[in-house]
Amino acid sequence: MTVFTEWRGKGLDETLFECRELAENTKYPTVNRWREQGGKVVGHFQVYFPEEIAHAAGMLPFKVRGAPLEPTKADSHFGSYLCSILKTSLEIGLNGTVKLDLFVSHPICDAARNLAAIWGRNFSYPCHILYLPQNPNSSHSVPYLRDEYGRIRRLVESIAGREVSDDDLRRSVGVFNENRRLLRELYTIKRESPWLIAAEDAYALLAIGGMIPREEHNDVLRAVLPLVRARQARTEDRVRVVFEGGFCEQPPLDLIRVLGRMCYLVDDDFLIGLRFIVDDVPVAGDPLKNLAESYIERSSYSPVQHDLRKPKEKMLLQRIDRSRAGAVIIAAAKMCEPGLEEQVAYCKALDARGLPYFVTEFEENMTSFEGVELQIETFLENLLFA
Amino acid sequence: MSEIVGRANRDGANLVRDWYAELTEAANRGDSCAYVFVMGSLNEVLKTFDFPVVFPEINSLQTAVRRVAHEYLAQAEDYGYSPDICGYVKADVAVQLRNGDHPMGRIPKPGIAVLTNACNTYIKWAEIWERLHHTPVFTLDVPGTRTGGGQTWQGNQDFENDRRYVEGQLRELIALCEKVSAKKFDIDKLRTILGHANVMSECWKKALACNRSRPSVFNALTDGTIYLGVANGLRGTAKGAQYFTDLVEELAYKSSQGIGTLTDEKWRLSFVGVPCYPIFRRFNELFTQAGGTFVNSTYLWFASGGTNRGFQYDLSRPIESLAEGVLISVRDAMDSMFHPDRVLTETVTEFQIDGVVFHPIKSCRTTSTGLADSRRAFAKEHDIPSLFLESDMMDRRVVAEAPMKNRVDAFFEGLVSRRRQAAIAP
Repeated sequence: MTVFTEWRGKGLDETLFECRELAENTKYPTVNRWREQGGKVVGHFQVYFPEEIAHAAGMLPFKVRGAPLEPTKADSHFGSYLCSILKTSLEIGLNGTVKLDLFVSHPICDAARNLAAIWGRNFSYPCHILYLPQNPNSSHSVPYLRDEYGRIRRLVESIAGREVSDDDLRRSVGVFNENRRLLRELYTIKRESPWLIAAEDAYALLAIGGMIPREEHNDVLRAVLPLVRARQARTEDRVRVVFEGGFCEQPPLDLIRVLGRMCYLVDDDFLIGLRFIVDDVPVAGDPLKNLAESYIERSSYSPVQHDLRKPKEKMLLQRIDRSRAGAVIIAAAKMCEPGLEEQVAYCKALDARGLPYFVTEFEENMTSFEGVELQIETFLENLLFA
Repeated sequence: MSEIVGRANRDGANLVRDWYAELTEAANRGDSCAYVFVMGSLNEVLKTFDFPVVFPEINSLQTAVRRVAHEYLAQAEDYGYSPDICGYVKADVAVQLRNGDHPMGRIPKPGIAVLTNACNTYIKWAEIWERLHHTPVFTLDVPGTRTGGGQTWQGNQDFENDRRYVEGQLRELIALCEKVSAKKFDIDKLRTILGHANVMSECWKKALACNRSRPSVFNALTDGTIYLGVANGLRGTAKGAQYFTDLVEELAYKSSQGIGTLTDEKWRLSFVGVPCYPIFRRFNELFTQAGGTFVNSTYLWFASGGTNRGFQYDLSRPIESLAEGVLISVRDAMDSMFHPDRVLTETVTEFQIDGVVFHPIKSCRTTSTGLADSRRAFAKEHDIPSLFLESDMMDRRVVAEAPMKNRVDAFFEGLVSRRRQAAIAP
């Protein structure tokens, strides 16, 4: 089944335009096209989910990541003092924009771990928590996660109405390994020659992966990345900046565009769940064990993953070093407790290193950017003219 | 028998004071201790190694009850923490920055921190001690219920996977405790401690059931919080076991004599959430003045780490049974937070509930995120009025007593009106 055809046969700029349009479309047309063609959909809330399992069952793994809209129906299901993504994610279900066959959330934070229960009270399809290990330092975490993925496989099989064999999983791992390779290439371009691709275009190229089949995503990336590399663009005198804080709720595309106009966003944690495994997953052997081991041993970091081997502030410094950034934007979604808590450690580490940073909050449905633009512009000008 | 009535509150307050006095002595000696949390404290293991235990959540709520929380919150916010994160965390950060200075005494530094994943903020919190003190941290990961009503039990493939995982981690925790304490693990000592915990768990379950009495024999919000302090701090000790044995005796006596916690009980209420500690007494009075009393509270379930289930450890296989008990009890605590509509449904009839008070708080997403939706689900299933009051457990800036009182008064007016209409209904 093909669900994203608008870009085919078009040049680079038009393709990027179509990607931006899709990334910003709160009607999620590709998910609905999938369903219209008889496909089933697994909605998985941010951040981490082994999409290979859904893919191997012939289902579309759809990343539920909220939307920049007003949660008119969902608002009464929540109290105050909560992040927006919870409400808007439920909204797209309640208002019928997206229909799922299975919803999975994770204990990534105190708010999100409530979601499976909330969805379960409002929808008739199965709503589950995938209990990812929160003690990855235990020698028992890999076998545990392998069996937990096994449970998800059985659940997915029951909904897909078909068996998911190890070979099916291996094929899916292969597709996703290719996707991971292409996304790594995209980020290499951002780090090495950020003038070749606008920040919002890079974001859109990434974000559409959560709403189309990975084979199609691979097609887009395979077509676009060589064209981006071949662009003739001049480097400008801009500060190289890392953006941290986009692991769950997403800043609006317009905010990313604003940031990209002022600096080079050379690395970030936007939608880290689409690329959380940082290396290839082995194809040979037990595929569920390979996926489990990859989560524990070869995954990126975020404020919602606790691993004694990966203190977040040290990981951030590595990200900065790898991208040769000169400054950092330490952001958090409004009311995002893990993000807000991590800001303190990040700031202390950056102070110790003597690296300039700018602390801010955002919301996915914010519409006014003048204030933050002025503040960041001032911050960056101070750096340029210091 | 008059000395029986009120004994649990007196003894409970004394035990908690003694506990803090011991912690102060430990801090003054420069001893470190184990920092733990109420949902899965692992007291059973830690007491085997003679670690004094500190519950930072209890330290924090004490600052609110003693009306100094704002000073602690302000200090943590000056340090960099957002006004929008858990107030418990911030109060503890200030305690650490003040070298343990606390209204109840002095809190020792953490020599080890042991936490479960029952609350994600536990994990973020412990990371702060790692950074401040380089404290060894052990996260005991306890998988919870995967889907509403879908608990699995012994013999089920998924349960056994979880049980193996918890047991494996417990053995790793024991190895870490041996290293930190420089003491050899003594399985017979663990057995003794599990025996004390068994008494406490059995009595806690019985004590909660005593409030089926009419009139109710304790207020789940106020008296219950005292019992809860002992349940957490003295779990696995002979003193704790004796306290709960005495408690059951007192409550059974009151029940047999028809001695209620209120002289004129008009409304039997359930409380869902975490208490409003900045105005702890006053909050309760908003209800008791109208003849309302809290006969149960989800707080007594989840904040006891699921001890309400009364799980009994099998002393012939202590570690395996501890793993099962921790898995089943902590999972139950999580269910009380994430599926309160289900657990309320199990109790409304036997406790003869007239109304439910949902109390989401700014500080705690774990207990509050799903409350509005749970209330909707509960209202669909039961013809029982409920009240939705938002405030906080720590931060008086988001506790507005006057509007709160207006809403509570209106709630009771509704209850009165319903009762009158029912009386005249054909």
